[in-house]
Amino acid sequence: MSGPLLAIRDLRVDFATEKGTVRALFGVSLSIDPGETVGLVGESGCGKSVTALSILRLLPSPPAIVRGGEILLRGENLLDLPEKRMCEVRGKAVSMIFQEPMTSLNPVLTVGEQVAEVFTAHRECGRREAAARAVSWLGKVRMPDPERRAREYPHQMSGGMRQRAMIATALALEPSLLIADEPTTALDVTIQAQIMALLQEMRERERMAVLLITHDLGVVHDFADRTAIMYLGRIVEIAPTKGLFSDPIHPYTQGLLASLPGKGTGTARLSSIPGAVPDLSSVPPGCPFADRCPYRQAALDRFRGGADSRDSLGICDREDPPLFEYAPGHFAACHYQRAMRGGGAS
Amino acid sequence: MSGGIRRPDAGGTLLALSNVYKAFPARKSFFSAEVVSVRAVDGVSIDVPRGKTLGLVGESGCGKTTLGRIAIRLLAPDAGTIRFEGLDITHLSGEALRLTRRRMQIIFQDPYSSLNPRMRVRDIVGEGWHVHGIARGKELRERAERLLVRVGLTAEAGGKYAHEFSGGQRQRIGIARAIALSPKLVVADEPVSALDVSVQAQILNLLKDLQEEYGMAYLFVSHDLRVIRHMSDQVAVMYLGKIMEHGPSAELFREPLHPYTRSLLSAVPMLGNAPQERIVLSGEIPSPTAPPPGCRFHTRCFMAQPVCAEVCPLLREAAPGRFASCHFVG
Repeated sequence: MSGPLLAIRDLRVDFATEKGTVRALFGVSLSIDPGETVGLVGESGCGKSVTALSILRLLPSPPAIVRGGEILLRGENLLDLPEKRMCEVRGKAVSMIFQEPMTSLNPVLTVGEQVAEVFTAHRECGRREAAARAVSWLGKVRMPDPERRAREYPHQMSGGMRQRAMIATALALEPSLLIADEPTTALDVTIQAQIMALLQEMRERERMAVLLITHDLGVVHDFADRTAIMYLGRIVEIAPTKGLFSDPIHPYTQGLLASLPGKGTGTARLSSIPGAVPDLSSVPPGCPFADRCPYRQAALDRFRGGADSRDSLGICDREDPPLFEYAPGHFAACHYQRAMRGGGAS
Repeated sequence: MSGGIRRPDAGGTLLALSNVYKAFPARKSFFSAEVVSVRAVDGVSIDVPRGKTLGLVGESGCGKTTLGRIAIRLLAPDAGTIRFEGLDITHLSGEALRLTRRRMQIIFQDPYSSLNPRMRVRDIVGEGWHVHGIARGKELRERAERLLVRVGLTAEAGGKYAHEFSGGQRQRIGIARAIALSPKLVVADEPVSALDVSVQAQILNLLKDLQEEYGMAYLFVSHDLRVIRHMSDQVAVMYLGKIMEHGPSAELFREPLHPYTRSLLSAVPMLGNAPQERIVLSGEIPSPTAPPPGCRFHTRCFMAQPVCAEVCPLLREAAPGRFASCHFVG
């Protein structure tokens, strides 16, 4: 089959809250090819988890309302599927692992029973065979002593082992897409490395695509083929990972990369992004990043100080910039860069 | 292992921990009546130089937070001594301890639970002045407002409550409270771990600026090697209650000596300038209730030999100023 495995097109999601409607996704478009790993990076509240949960239709509704767009899995729009068909998609075609394995595993079932449940729920086989397959999967995710561990409950395991159990559950039916939402954030550094090595091995062996959601640019740098940067419910830049790190175009991406500590020891100050992520309920019109953008603020200063006779970047306050392609597959949404660098059509 | 670290510059040492031990009682499991002992800090000696930053790095359960609390006597050690500005404060109590504490402060990880929700921000910041009878009323208010402006907030922030601020702003309030009494030592316990990346950088810059301005020393506790590298002059690496490696930050990150430090550094993406071969450790961190005999790290070490399971290596000087506790280093 050619074409993408998953194509999200212009997805818009709102949340109905007591204070009125809050827009969470402002038209997100993203595609993932078979076997490809795409990193989705952003700070808290940027919409990366909402995007992931939308794919599996796991957003609670209310308060979530899908206002528009489509999510095509091999050409079929998941948003139109009846709930019964959606149940078959979940776990079998697309599955998900979460940040905190303790809260996403059932505390009153043994780990073996939870992996086995995947097979029985999807009517793959009988209970006895499901139990045997569960042990075999626990072995595949390098759980030490899988037969004994299968009889244990989640609270008897360390965080790293719980994450292995959850990965076994997610991979048991060999999905073509795995959504990994901050899979290592709650783990210690050396255990993080183990889990990422396991995901890498599984991805190659099962030839599955991965949507890797994280706030850690280091993780996508080592792991993702392409990386998308989200800010306030939009993808502001998406590119092959190498190109994104060597030539970040959006000022937010530039700021994120520059503010990473640890590139050296010394007294040098980190460059930081001024201000904080605005509240989603009060997003101003125009570019969502304008208030914190060094280019926009410099233009404003020149205009107010009289150095410029007109506000050269006034457009930033009026129009939400669309994505433009600056290099093959490298898109960014920025009025300033569009003016400076030019570039092809969106 | 006492005296493992040479002190060439005793005049430059602000805080010296020597051979400190601390164990906590814990139930063996949630349903068990059996009480076991968790050896959180197991014979640690470190020095914090005046006006500099000692980074303390390790994974969860390694004892770094306990050590930070012991350093400023929020916890009393079971054994060992704490010397602050040359004075033994290990057994200090009452008024003498209270006066010493003016000069040592702490910044906590969670800016949501460490600020009193019922107090106005200026009273949180100025509480130390109030307690020590330094300022009250209008003067306290004005000083608090000046300090809030210094840490990047507005004077008006003083009249508000903590819940009205974002995580990064709350951490600024916590920093203002910590520096209000012009301490000589600030223990910063994971001060940016709860913050987003773009806000992290702002807070780290603020901490560095304040250090330069006030000449404070930091004991900077973190699990994040990138943050430790950026902030620290000296670094100590902990594992299961013991120091594995200790030395100047630049050298430790350029050429880690201990196999545990080597695997930690290789596990963090994008730390090295050149891509290095990744060392993925096998196994889990053993429980601190039952640490392995011999070298604490031998169950996961890629260099382990039979001797490692029997003899606990001492922290030895492997190169000038650089210490490691490994039979095969130096």
